[in-house]
Amino acid sequence: MSEAGGTITLDPTLDRAAMRALAHERALEERRTRRRERRQLLLRKPSFLIGSLILFFWFLCALIPSVIAPQDPAAQDLLNKLKEPSGGHWWGTDVLGRDVFSRVIDGARVIVFVALGATIIATIAGTMLGLVAGYFKGRVDEVIMRIADIFSAIPTIVLALLITSTVDSRSMLIVMFIIALVFTPIVARTVRSSVLGEAELDYVAAARLRTERTPHILFSEVLPNILPALAVEFTVRLGYAIFAMATLSFLGAGAGPESSDWGTQVATHFKFLNGLNWSATVFPAAAIASLSVGVNMVQDALTEVFER
Amino acid sequence: MSNEFARLQSASPTAPAGVNTAGVIATADVPTLEFDNVEVAYKVRGIDRPVLRQVSFAVAPGEAYGLVGESGCGKSTAAYAAMRYLPRNGRITGGAIRFEGQDLVAMSTDEVRALRSKAISMVYQSPIAALNPSLRVGQQVAEVFQINGAGKDTATDQAREALGAVQIADIDKVMRRYPHELSGGMAQRVVIAMALATNPRLLILDEPTTGLDATVEAEVLDLIRTLRAESGTSVLFISHNLGVIRSMCDRVGVLYAGQLVEEGQTTQILNQPRHPYTVGLLRCIPRAGLRKDLHRLDTIPGSLPPLGSVIPGCVYADRCPIATDQCHTEKPPMVELPDGQRSRCFFPDLAPDIPRSTETTNIIVDQRAPDVVGDSLITLSGLSKTFGKDESTVKVLSGIALSLGAGETLGLVGESGSGKTTLAKVLLGLTHPDGGSVVQLDGKALGATISNRSAKDVGAVQIVFQNPDSALNRRHAVRRIVGRAVEKLGGASHEQGQERADDLLNEMRVDARLHAAKPVMLSGGLKQRVAIARAFAGNPRLVVCDEPTSALDVSVQAAILNLLVDLQRTENVSYLFISHDLGVVRYLSDRIAVLYLGRIMELGPADTVFSGPHHPYTEALVSSLPSIDGEATNRVRLLGEVPSVANPPSGCVLHTRCPRREGSGVEQLCDTVEPDLVEVEPGHLMRCHLSLEQLRHMQAAVE
Repeated sequence: MSEAGGTITLDPTLDRAAMRALAHERALEERRTRRRERRQLLLRKPSFLIGSLILFFWFLCALIPSVIAPQDPAAQDLLNKLKEPSGGHWWGTDVLGRDVFSRVIDGARVIVFVALGATIIATIAGTMLGLVAGYFKGRVDEVIMRIADIFSAIPTIVLALLITSTVDSRSMLIVMFIIALVFTPIVARTVRSSVLGEAELDYVAAARLRTERTPHILFSEVLPNILPALAVEFTVRLGYAIFAMATLSFLGAGAGPESSDWGTQVATHFKFLNGLNWSATVFPAAAIASLSVGVNMVQDALTEVFER
Repeated sequence: MSNEFARLQSASPTAPAGVNTAGVIATADVPTLEFDNVEVAYKVRGIDRPVLRQVSFAVAPGEAYGLVGESGCGKSTAAYAAMRYLPRNGRITGGAIRFEGQDLVAMSTDEVRALRSKAISMVYQSPIAALNPSLRVGQQVAEVFQINGAGKDTATDQAREALGAVQIADIDKVMRRYPHELSGGMAQRVVIAMALATNPRLLILDEPTTGLDATVEAEVLDLIRTLRAESGTSVLFISHNLGVIRSMCDRVGVLYAGQLVEEGQTTQILNQPRHPYTVGLLRCIPRAGLRKDLHRLDTIPGSLPPLGSVIPGCVYADRCPIATDQCHTEKPPMVELPDGQRSRCFFPDLAPDIPRSTETTNIIVDQRAPDVVGDSLITLSGLSKTFGKDESTVKVLSGIALSLGAGETLGLVGESGSGKTTLAKVLLGLTHPDGGSVVQLDGKALGATISNRSAKDVGAVQIVFQNPDSALNRRHAVRRIVGRAVEKLGGASHEQGQERADDLLNEMRVDARLHAAKPVMLSGGLKQRVAIARAFAGNPRLVVCDEPTSALDVSVQAAILNLLVDLQRTENVSYLFISHDLGVVRYLSDRIAVLYLGRIMELGPADTVFSGPHHPYTEALVSSLPSIDGEATNRVRLLGEVPSVANPPSGCVLHTRCPRREGSGVEQLCDTVEPDLVEVEPGHLMRCHLSLEQLRHMQAAVE
């Protein structure tokens, strides 16, 4: 075929061919416009704008807290403890007289990195398991999904507290892995259901018909097609991971009392809410809420624009 | 062409003269449905885009009017407009749609609703989707009567009656079923029963048989014809299938890009088309008598103008071989021709003789007919496939034996569920056959599955799938899809693969500018060309074509079939061509195998299988084919429904449905002993207790 195919024949219908090409050019252009429109649609959504502004702020705090925080978050001033907000301390001071505003800025690092880390780990592990379960089906699927069922049946917080108290470690890394462990089966289930549909499509058979190995089929053929669903799942999990992280540190898992972690701050100060001091509790709590809401706003906008 | 016309008019029992005359007389009255310069636009991103342009036609009382055209030309929009049931963004922007003289456009919503519930009914393409999956059939049909005021018990009785009218045998059993428990044909009968429940004066049928097997399609069409003769309902019949239109409609209108380009008596339009588009469309179809080695199919160059584009002149001018400057700048009027035929063309007299256009290819065509079929390339013997294990087994293929020569095309036909696709999957190594099955390539045993085959062997047996949307990974560029196959099957480097992919795609006439595009940016025909390029990446010896053109329009189909024929000539590749479209199979195949419940019922040269004497099953398949040439024979019908593969009938598997069993004298034998596949004449094998002479005698009696 190659000999015949190499020859260039003068085509009497060249004009038509050019016309056809033009038509396709137009189709391409239309697609580009659609993509641009989608971007504009996203930017026009107030929820997306506000959400990403909030996220941007907290990420910045996580990356360069010392630049943003006006004071040293660890500097104690025992004479000025549990003060209301003032010009010197915008959000007041905590039980050891530390600047609450600076501590909230500083605490962003912990929650952002732990939640993000846990979500990334859970997404990667869940994707692997889901791909394998959905592609091979049968016994493999059965085993993976039953184990996942067991994990989903145990209440997240109870499981987490159980593990942290057993390993008796106050490491943030442990908290991160616990959240990842709990979220992995949930991601796996989402991925599996997408893969079940994809594996039925003929392009998978076509890949097998060019002697492609299974890992290639899973990661280069199937995975790209489930990425949109995976992206949505990732943002949803991130929102939950923030809450899980805050809850766990509130209950005392992970960080010590000296940590600027938000959950820990709330836990240390909520007992002063009975008239003594409100600001040292409310501001870290509001920070947790704002981060979670920010993630959800962005996720809502993304889902609406990409999945319609 | 004109004497052919005369011959057909005299011998066309499918469109009895009585119906035609009735239609003509009736036009004097107020038409049941009238489109008067109707314009419909869809609002897409804030802009009104016209989809119907000044469409005018009328359906007389008792008349069956057909609307034909390729996908995207506005057929369904016309149907929905007639019900005033357009999608949210659709709007009737001009003209009037009159039902028995009343303007539908001006009516209030309540009036339209009343009309829909009593006077106009519609049958949709997908019957399963049209039925509520959570309601039993009986309840669902009864509901229609209840809406019209009947009490619960009366409604149930009426439902039973309605189902009887659509020739459902075991009514009470069917009434207790849920829609998913019905076969496609049965479901469509139920939908028709519901549509006719209120004795509508207009019945709109939107591709009512498109998803059905040919045999079932024929039954449903028979049913519609019978019911129409009884009730005198007017029918608006929408279809892309000209054969179906010919057998169903008195008059027909041809739609192109939202405009009615030609209209007239069905026989007139199909025999003496007077618009270049109709002429081109009819020439694309692989008709009886055309053969791949003798006739090249015509194609229509170019493509449909994009939805809602503004066209100053004739909508067809860009693709018309006789278009002049006038055609590009000025809108042609609808020209009245003798006998009520109308054509929207400046040159209706030139249209019948437009030059043939068949797309040239880059491939140098070797005109040598493949008279010498090489040695056997693929040999199958004792091939079986059983799904399930222990007690619940289903034997979908049973003792298949065939051989296929190099450069030969074997057509594989049979109703859905006959095992066609499973046979293809076993050949490809995607499915493991039962033990004892033999698949040989060049006389050497081929590994049972892909993992047991060498890359060369895998490349040697490839497939073009039915649906290119499913077969092409939508995330990958076209060049990558083809290039990767070259790499893996030919052991080429990445660069070599990409280069060869470009060459292959050029050969398939996929524009170089599109090689980097993702499949979603390509039209259906182009996607299928990419799929073909991929199949040819590993220098295949056998390519399985699994309904490769069933998702395409006829003009695109013709170009794809031409391409397949050219590739066969240059590559000496063999095809296993699976299709439900017997016209296509007949055009392309050297030999044909007929499959029923996993068994080969007949195997022989294409001409022999088609011209008969056929196996009784083949006979029924062939006679169910609606022909655009109108050579209607007396139909031979299969009786009843396809039996379950899990529990095939005793004896000859066909005996429960066989049209030739009654009065054959060997009924006892048919019911108890399965016949063998034996050679009844050189190269012609059949699985039947009746002798070739008996069959010849029986079948001659029909014609």
